[in-house]
Amino acid sequence: MNLTLKIWRQKNATSKGRFVTYQVNDISTSSSFLEMMDVLNESLVIKGEDPVAFDHDCREGICGACSMYINGHPHGPDKAVTTCQLHMRKFKDGDTIVIEPWRARPFPVLKDLIVDRTAFDKIIQAGGYISVNTGGIPDANAIPIPKVNADLSMDAAACIGCGACVAACKNASAMLFASAKVSQFALLPQGRIEASERVQAMVAEMDKQGFGNCTNTGACEAECPKEISISNIARMNREFLSAKVCAPKVKEQSGGGI
Amino acid sequence: MAELNSKIPKGPLPQKWTDYKAHTNLVNPANKRRLEIIVVGTGLAGASAAASLAELGFKVKNYCYQDSPRRAHSIAAQGGINAAKNYQNDGDSVYRLFYDTIKGGDYRAREANVHRLAEVSNSIIDQCVAQGVPFAREYGGLLDNRSFGGAQVSRTFYARGQTGQQLLLGAYSALSRQVKKGNVELFARHEMLDVVVVEGRARGIIVRNLVTGAIERHAAHAVVLATGGYGNVFFLSTNAMGSNATAIWKAHKRGAYFGNPCFTQIHPTCIPVHGDFQSKLTLMSESLRNDGRIWVPKKKEDAENIRHGKLLPTQIAEEDRDYYLERRYPAFGNLVPRDVASRAAKERCDAGFGVGETGLAVYLDFSDSINRLGKGVIESRYGNLFQMYEKIVDENPYKTPMMIYPAVHYTMGGLWVDYELMTTVPGLFAIGEANFSDHGANRLGASALMQGLADGYFVLPYTIQNYLSDQIRVPKFSPDLPEFIQTEKEATGRLQRLLNIKGNQTVDSFHKRLGLIMWDNVGMGRNEAGLKKAIVEIAKLREEFWKDVKIPGTNNEINPELEKAGRVADFLELGELMARDALNRNESCGGHFREEYQTPEGEALRNDEEFKYAAAWEYTGENSEPELNREALDYEFVEVKQRNYK
Repeated sequence: MNLTLKIWRQKNATSKGRFVTYQVNDISTSSSFLEMMDVLNESLVIKGEDPVAFDHDCREGICGACSMYINGHPHGPDKAVTTCQLHMRKFKDGDTIVIEPWRARPFPVLKDLIVDRTAFDKIIQAGGYISVNTGGIPDANAIPIPKVNADLSMDAAACIGCGACVAACKNASAMLFASAKVSQFALLPQGRIEASERVQAMVAEMDKQGFGNCTNTGACEAECPKEISISNIARMNREFLSAKVCAPKVKEQSGGGI
Repeated sequence: MAELNSKIPKGPLPQKWTDYKAHTNLVNPANKRRLEIIVVGTGLAGASAAASLAELGFKVKNYCYQDSPRRAHSIAAQGGINAAKNYQNDGDSVYRLFYDTIKGGDYRAREANVHRLAEVSNSIIDQCVAQGVPFAREYGGLLDNRSFGGAQVSRTFYARGQTGQQLLLGAYSALSRQVKKGNVELFARHEMLDVVVVEGRARGIIVRNLVTGAIERHAAHAVVLATGGYGNVFFLSTNAMGSNATAIWKAHKRGAYFGNPCFTQIHPTCIPVHGDFQSKLTLMSESLRNDGRIWVPKKKEDAENIRHGKLLPTQIAEEDRDYYLERRYPAFGNLVPRDVASRAAKERCDAGFGVGETGLAVYLDFSDSINRLGKGVIESRYGNLFQMYEKIVDENPYKTPMMIYPAVHYTMGGLWVDYELMTTVPGLFAIGEANFSDHGANRLGASALMQGLADGYFVLPYTIQNYLSDQIRVPKFSPDLPEFIQTEKEATGRLQRLLNIKGNQTVDSFHKRLGLIMWDNVGMGRNEAGLKKAIVEIAKLREEFWKDVKIPGTNNEINPELEKAGRVADFLELGELMARDALNRNESCGGHFREEYQTPEGEALRNDEEFKYAAAWEYTGENSEPELNREALDYEFVEVKQRNYK
């Protein structure tokens, strides 16, 4: 198939970007979207032009690196896939495809389609963990966990941290991302111990990084390649409210803290 | 040639690790704060090591080429992680896990290392559960297990088909906690270009900031490489696009011996190759062999009709199907180890019974299990894998059997390390897939995650202290020492040399050609003539690369082509060493199959008299051949015999 591509080109974080139009021909319908981009880049290199820079790594939908905004959708038109799992059979011969980077203030463009998602790491660093050191742990079966809770926790833990939720949201909210981590731990007995501190720390960091708030449009859930449920956001809101209202006020933090 | 000292502790096998821990030198808390450790890589081994070392009080600097440590390729491991918990009451034990791993590795691994691995396996599961890893559970709330190849017990813990993801996110969360506390300094989008050796000890690394292009010098009291395997030598593999050998290869050129480079794992269940535009191969987890049955048509004409689209697999009658693994290996059936399953698939396809457009595929069929257990059960076990398959192949595996074929997956070889996980360069450690230590000539399924986390959480934090205990008086290093400046100059010069070639062929085109040479001659079946040919061809390709590669742009910006070029340049050297090692090893063992050495039934034929050793290759310079050192493998506790899965 032959395609017209309109791709966002931007030299670096400080320069101004623009759309550039390219033509690619003889693309196989069974190739992936990124393999189509490889074909384009190979031809650009041969011509002595600068190839299009984009993040990608595992190419099997799990590392969360790839991040293209295709025809107005994060990861393109197919449901529940990352860009690397999107296949060209979802397009028609002669189509024009518009490709942009994630657009959100906390994700500045570094070059072309590459954005900086360090803000997500910062949210996890604020409290997205259970404070245990290596070693000295009781047996793994010491605390039975209801299967339904383990399964719900796993549903939330499937988040790959790609940032499609932020890119899809008109408020550039990171609520789906943060709530997935809050939920994963809030559903497990091991995670309950710090649940209150965790949700407050992560929400505060989310705000500090400049992500917007949630206005319940549901775009994040609709575009999430891992189909993370928006009910996690409801759970995070409940956790946050109860933390604010019910959590005991401790004068001074002792020991390691969160 | 140097004397190789594996530092295996004396005493009976089950006591070695306990005794080692009781007597090894430690560093006291006040001194730990003064000692800096560089950890390169943030996968299971790297992240778990960085977090654990920081918890102990060391100052850690942690590097990855990805934009976030959470994206290291451990994330893609699907099936599970082994541990000798015996929760299933099916007769498992530390000894049995040890024995299965030694046997699975075809008696080419160190007994003491493997036993230690089996010993700490249980602590890993405890650790991960405490971190909030949502492993699969039974209705009673206890942990569930599944079976993997090469074992007759169910000892594999899993989190759907995303076990690697969940374990890595666990380690990443522990790492993030230490970053927040200020004990770990994180350098994402940084690629290691070289290791700096000062007075015979590893004292730092040279890295390139992949955003600005700046070359930086970083110093520390010890350097840990957790940079994964080198399967991308083959271009097409299940590795991530960025997975590379640069860190371990540069370490090799600075004096670290390379252990068993030819031991490569070809995984039996991957989605077959479908076109020359293809950039990577996708694994279908080994766990699928719990419920899937592997077959090809019994009749050649059926296979031919299927290849030409005249017949569907579902139209082949039961009696016309050849379940060749169940036929050849009744005791283990579809759960034979990976090397055995891969070779059996190749044998059937080479004999003309392969399916798919290319004839290079076999079926993995779930219809029996779906009839027995219902679609819902299969979906809950493998739903995400089935979905992934459907996206790539555009066929519904619930209705028509999956097509699979072997693909490069894992490298058992890596930097030679002693019992303390230290390379032949003092102060330079290698952990996880980057070292050669625990899997011998073939790794069993669900053992890579176990080894990565064992090294990072429970082994290195002890053994590195034995080295650092005599470094407490060494003050903080300055990266302005002449050795740092010289190594930086060499790294910069090499990048500039690559940019200056301005030839006509792309980096990928060279990588693909190298991959073909490797796959044809250093892949699943190897022979003397092919290996000799490969050595010559790789040398020629390398020469052509340095004359004619075309890299656009400059060194001072994000430049993915330049990144790839550096990696491919190293693969072009490592590939040759792999061929040399395969040529030297005149036997078949595990994943290394020399066609000249096989039993009448086509099984791997070892030569224990001459080759019961780990090969440790020494770099001797650009224009001279590498030198072979041998570490004899003494089997004190296990009887070495022909592997039998019948």
